Amino acid sequence: MSDITRNTPGTAEASEAAPTQNGGLLRVLGPAHIWALGVGIVLVGEYMGWNFAVGKGGAYAALIACWFAGILYSCVAMIDSEVTSTVAAAGGQYTQAKHIIGPLMAFNVGLYLVFAYTMLEAANAITVGFLVETVAGMTGHEGLNPQPFIVLAIMFLAWLNYRGVLATLTFNLVITAFAFTAILILFLATSPLFGESPLKHAELMTDLPYGWLGVLAAMHFGLWFYLGIEGTCQAAEEVRSPSRSLPFGTLAGVMTLAIAATLTWYLCVGLMPWEYLGQSGAPLFDAARMSGSTALTVLLGIGTLFATLASANGCINDASRAWFAMGRDHYLPSWFGAVHPVYRTPYRSIIFLVPIALIFALGAPLDQVITFSILSGLLEYTFMPLNVIMFRRKWPLDTIKRGYEHPFHPIPAIVLLCLCGITFFAVFLGYGTQLVAMIAFYIVVSLWFHFRRYRFVQRAAQFTMPWPKPQGY
Amino acid sequence: MQIWDFAEYAAWALSALLGIYIVTDWLKTDSRYSEEELTSSREGQLEAITEQHEL
Repeated sequence: MSDITRNTPGTAEASEAAPTQNGGLLRVLGPAHIWALGVGIVLVGEYMGWNFAVGKGGAYAALIACWFAGILYSCVAMIDSEVTSTVAAAGGQYTQAKHIIGPLMAFNVGLYLVFAYTMLEAANAITVGFLVETVAGMTGHEGLNPQPFIVLAIMFLAWLNYRGVLATLTFNLVITAFAFTAILILFLATSPLFGESPLKHAELMTDLPYGWLGVLAAMHFGLWFYLGIEGTCQAAEEVRSPSRSLPFGTLAGVMTLAIAATLTWYLCVGLMPWEYLGQSGAPLFDAARMSGSTALTVLLGIGTLFATLASANGCINDASRAWFAMGRDHYLPSWFGAVHPVYRTPYRSIIFLVPIALIFALGAPLDQVITFSILSGLLEYTFMPLNVIMFRRKWPLDTIKRGYEHPFHPIPAIVLLCLCGITFFAVFLGYGTQLVAMIAFYIVVSLWFHFRRYRFVQRAAQFTMPWPKPQGY
Repeated sequence: MQIWDFAEYAAWALSALLGIYIVTDWLKTDSRYSEEELTSSREGQLEAITEQHEL
């Protein structure tokens, strides 16, 4: 294919006349950083949150939800790997939507991303405060104010992100690897391989207490095992080799999470009765305590803190890239599209999102913050099947170079769409009002974008990739 | 315990320091560089040079 041209008509000169890019984001990351970004955001879901699926439908329901969510996220990872290895730019799914579907979809996807990650960051900061308060309580100090620790977590990670992406994601790599290793150690230490095991599956496992409706309800929290792995795409503009690193990091990430999720389920349901596990605040930490080993308790305590920090850190990184990309394309004020000339980070976007995260972390209840994050993520996953089907139609396999081609197309897209439908129903059962309110919110902002904001977008200047014309145009 | 009271104050102080650092650097950067320079980043710039999406 030699028909290399811009994929939009009109004023391509505007983008060509722009100043030479010498101040863009820095390309310094490798596949390990991509793995750390994806797994780092998610692993906190293994340490806490997933167990509410047990409360909804019992231990087996949580396992079924874990594996169905695993299929959902494997589809997400495969689809994302193919599209992102081609659309290697900051903004991830926002940029994909802009190139493949259109501006209104892109604007919505950009907002899903920013809200999903900023809310998750706030939820993680609240959790850091809770953990410090718990440790203080264990040492005999009651009534600790968690607020300074919530603020410190956000400010420290914002500062780290402000100073540079390499340090940020290297930090994530270290603490994520620690948190994952802690789960492996707990599994090995409690398994029958090394002597007497405290696991009591035969006594603790029960049938489905609420039947198959419980399994359906558990799907909502089954997402926690993997929620956020798609965040790897946001680093697309900062990896040295996007076509290799992004698929490798993302697919290795989803495999890591499938292992961590299954081990976590196995450990926790073998140590705690489902009625208790379904309400636990930090199930892996509780599992370590029930193993009777002080060393394991300390290890999993640190693992919980590290997993929480890694998640918040990745969320700041991702939310700021999505906000930055929207600013760069004038979907938001172009002021946000600035890159720090020394640290080469989207510094204004990082700064702008700090007070928003602080407001939600200090002023909103944890369950509401998390629900808003999950619902935004779910809307994003629903967009993906449509996105990949249009991508394959507009740019078939023989027209554009891809770093990865996902197999069995369109089966993963159809499976993903069906699982999203089931999960929407599951969420509606528990959080119907929030779901309706959030969809109403996105309709209102879409109207604002269409009638008020889109006039500021330079239509040709937002497409600067040297892509061939889409088929049929 | 006194150490936890101290930790609370230390966390506030450290947060304030980090906040001051970020805001100071932001203002210094914005005054030192032109807006055109700061917003010169373009999507797909490297790709335009190295990967022409040809098969």
